[in-house]
Amino acid sequence: MNAPAKLPRWAELGLLPLINLGVALVLAGLIIKILGESPLAAFKLMATGALGTQEGIGYTLYYATNFIFTGLAVAVAYHAGLFNIGAEGQAYIGGLGTGLVCLYLGTWPFWVVLPLAVLAGAIFGAGWAFIPAWLQARRGSHIVITTIMFNFIAAALMTYLLVNVLIKPGQQSPETREFSANAVMPAAHELFAKIGITVVATPLNLAFGLALVAATGVWIFIWRTRWGFALRVAGANPAAAVYAGISPPRIIVGAMLISGALAGGLGLNELMGSQHRILMDFPSGAGFVGIAVALMGRNHPVGIVVAAVLFGALYQGGSQLSFDLPKINRDMVVVIQGLVILLCGAMENIFRAPLTALFAHVRAEKGIE
Amino acid sequence: MSKEPAAPPFTPPDAPPALELRGIDKRFGAVHANRAITFAVAAGSIHGLIGENGAGKSTLMNIVYGFHRADAGEIRVQGRAVEIGSPQEAIAAGIGMVHQHFMLVENFTVLENVVLGVEGGALLAGGLAAARAELGRLARDYGLEVPLDAVVSELSVGLQQRVEILKALYRGAEVLILDEPTAVLTPHEANQLFTMLRALRAQGKAVILVTHKLREIMAVTDRVTVMKQGAVVAEVATRETSPRGLAEHMVGRAVLLQVEKRPARPGAVLLTVKALEVQDRLGVVRLKNVSFALRAGEIVGIAGVAGNGQSELLEVLAGTRAASRGEISFGGRDLVREQLDPRARRAFGLAHVPEDRLRMGVVAGFSAADNAMLGYHDAARFNRGGLRDEAAILAACAAKMAEFDVRPSRPELRLAAFSGGNQQKLVLAREIDADPAVLLIGQPTRGVDIGAIEFIHKRLIALRDAGKAMLLVSVELDEILALADRILVMNGGEIIGELSRADATEEKIGLMMAGVRAEVSA
Repeated sequence: MNAPAKLPRWAELGLLPLINLGVALVLAGLIIKILGESPLAAFKLMATGALGTQEGIGYTLYYATNFIFTGLAVAVAYHAGLFNIGAEGQAYIGGLGTGLVCLYLGTWPFWVVLPLAVLAGAIFGAGWAFIPAWLQARRGSHIVITTIMFNFIAAALMTYLLVNVLIKPGQQSPETREFSANAVMPAAHELFAKIGITVVATPLNLAFGLALVAATGVWIFIWRTRWGFALRVAGANPAAAVYAGISPPRIIVGAMLISGALAGGLGLNELMGSQHRILMDFPSGAGFVGIAVALMGRNHPVGIVVAAVLFGALYQGGSQLSFDLPKINRDMVVVIQGLVILLCGAMENIFRAPLTALFAHVRAEKGIE
Repeated sequence: MSKEPAAPPFTPPDAPPALELRGIDKRFGAVHANRAITFAVAAGSIHGLIGENGAGKSTLMNIVYGFHRADAGEIRVQGRAVEIGSPQEAIAAGIGMVHQHFMLVENFTVLENVVLGVEGGALLAGGLAAARAELGRLARDYGLEVPLDAVVSELSVGLQQRVEILKALYRGAEVLILDEPTAVLTPHEANQLFTMLRALRAQGKAVILVTHKLREIMAVTDRVTVMKQGAVVAEVATRETSPRGLAEHMVGRAVLLQVEKRPARPGAVLLTVKALEVQDRLGVVRLKNVSFALRAGEIVGIAGVAGNGQSELLEVLAGTRAASRGEISFGGRDLVREQLDPRARRAFGLAHVPEDRLRMGVVAGFSAADNAMLGYHDAARFNRGGLRDEAAILAACAAKMAEFDVRPSRPELRLAAFSGGNQQKLVLAREIDADPAVLLIGQPTRGVDIGAIEFIHKRLIALRDAGKAMLLVSVELDEILALADRILVMNGGEIIGELSRADATEEKIGLMMAGVRAEVSA
């Protein structure tokens, strides 16, 4: 009787995120105005930069690939009631696994290298998530704190490895040598060329397809298997999970392993698909964007893919903006992206209460019982 | 429960009611929780407010106490219209409320709790001294003695409730609302409470007693208002009605308050508990040396004031809590030594309807269908080729809904959209459907309306007659007396006595619940 009125599904999944995004864009527009540029022109430039050209679309989807992997990682943990802030570190270490396969087994045929690289990325990412998961499950150390700290440990570890161990001999910058040609993900323009379609060369590559496969797999796992059901029960009501004979500590560890493995997919796109070597800080914040993507996508794979493409467009459009408008530099673009993350991620619920009240009011006016 | 004739109200005939509600209307979204409620309570009277769950009693009282604001209508106190937008404004208008869950700071003393929020200045000493004097007067006037310097956590539940009443009176309450006040009390403590309420009435206070227990209404109130589906369906003088009449108003049809049953024919022992002990995480012993046997075809009731080990007993039998010592023999196995988890125990025929449905028995945000197979989600009948068999899950839920008359019969609906009674029927259906040999069942009708109680009681007795063993934990003594064939009384984590149903009287059980051993009372 006192249950809060609920939003209709379409408003929950569509309208609310759009309102959040709209408010973020209005605030961003104000900043652009203050900087002395026309907000409308800027947004138009962003939109055409991201989605108006083949090149723009390619880059947008290339960025989106990273966000799909990290967004799925955050979502799987979320369904188990865990807030995984550590996708960044898990992606970083997961990429190390992928990179090592590419460096040392990269001369094997591509169709052998690919599954090994996927597996290594997943195992390394899962391994990095395992320690916070185990600490949460057995020691009650809060996973938010530990995963944040493990991001720093991952960064420090990778710096050490790249500077002291993996660096290409005789080189100043902390990067490995390039992967051999067999360890390079086929680019989208190459794949299209094979079926006779010519598209502009972009970093978009096969990893985007793998990300969509991962999204489908997550959907099946969460909603169509009994393990996903157990995971959701443990996340929604741990006491009911115990009652049902589901062990919450095992769910915590299992969910975080899957989460870390998904984050580990980022290296397939970023390293195998684009950089072709291991370098410093290649996740470059995608792990954190993944949190916003998961929240905006309501932790549903379809929503995550849509939100990831949106954030990809924001990244690509943002670079276009800093390129074309001299008054808006790279840092301002980060501010605009930050506003979207703030509104769609951290403060995604601020318009929920007024919107719910509005719907309740409209329904009462119509006299629907 | 003593049933003295209601004292004549002390109000002068032309005085305005202490509290009057006129046309109170409230909607939550599509739910019309209160429909034009008009309701008056005279000073110097005890007014009962009764209704099924979801009838709108709590909403109405929350409006009076300022938690919600009415969409329409007027609240008048002593004949004067008042605007109540918050509990502070309710208190200022002279309305006090004692909640079902106490709002006390456990590690403060009684005196500190009473003055909390009305300290009367930056320094505590003056306020405390004034409060001490005032509380002394209240104690004398109303028979509300409480050790003022005791820390609240060390008081019994009955005394804590007294502190809540004192808090309200200290703030000048002329109208006192009590929400389900006896849920946590022994019968003896409940009688003490009623004595206090009569003293308050004699001093001209207006008391509103919100309850679903018909016999409390009959024992202590002067008038009673019955609510159903958000509206007042009856308002009568208590002496002119009967429990049966009130129940009919609440449900809208005739109901059996006591389900017929044949004497039990106990068969083989199915479950044996020996010297069971449970310690909680802090090392406090929650169950001490508990031993009993459960036979096929009988219902064993566990009576006791909430918090005396019944919950721990159920949980340790079901496997959601670990025993620290002792033995549970079931189907030739020792469940304690083998540390079987709840899923394994279910597989061996030990089902469990948990006491706190929403905390443990269901996932409110999931569909009814998902909830109808919770705990059985690994069973072959719900899975096909590694994936969930959605069609089978929906069909199984629809079948349970039909058999147990769960409404609305829509398996895909979120469980939270069902009423408490329907949720409980679904949980019962789930556990009974698995055809267990032993059914552990806690508070089977908590938060369940009277109509559904009748249905649930009938099902449980039918199950007993089919040769199942049942362990029933309930804080409702009436329910224990209605269902159990044998009654074990718990106090302080121990089984303090056993009574056959024929020997059991409310007085005997009440004494044991309070900790008086059977040998002494005999």
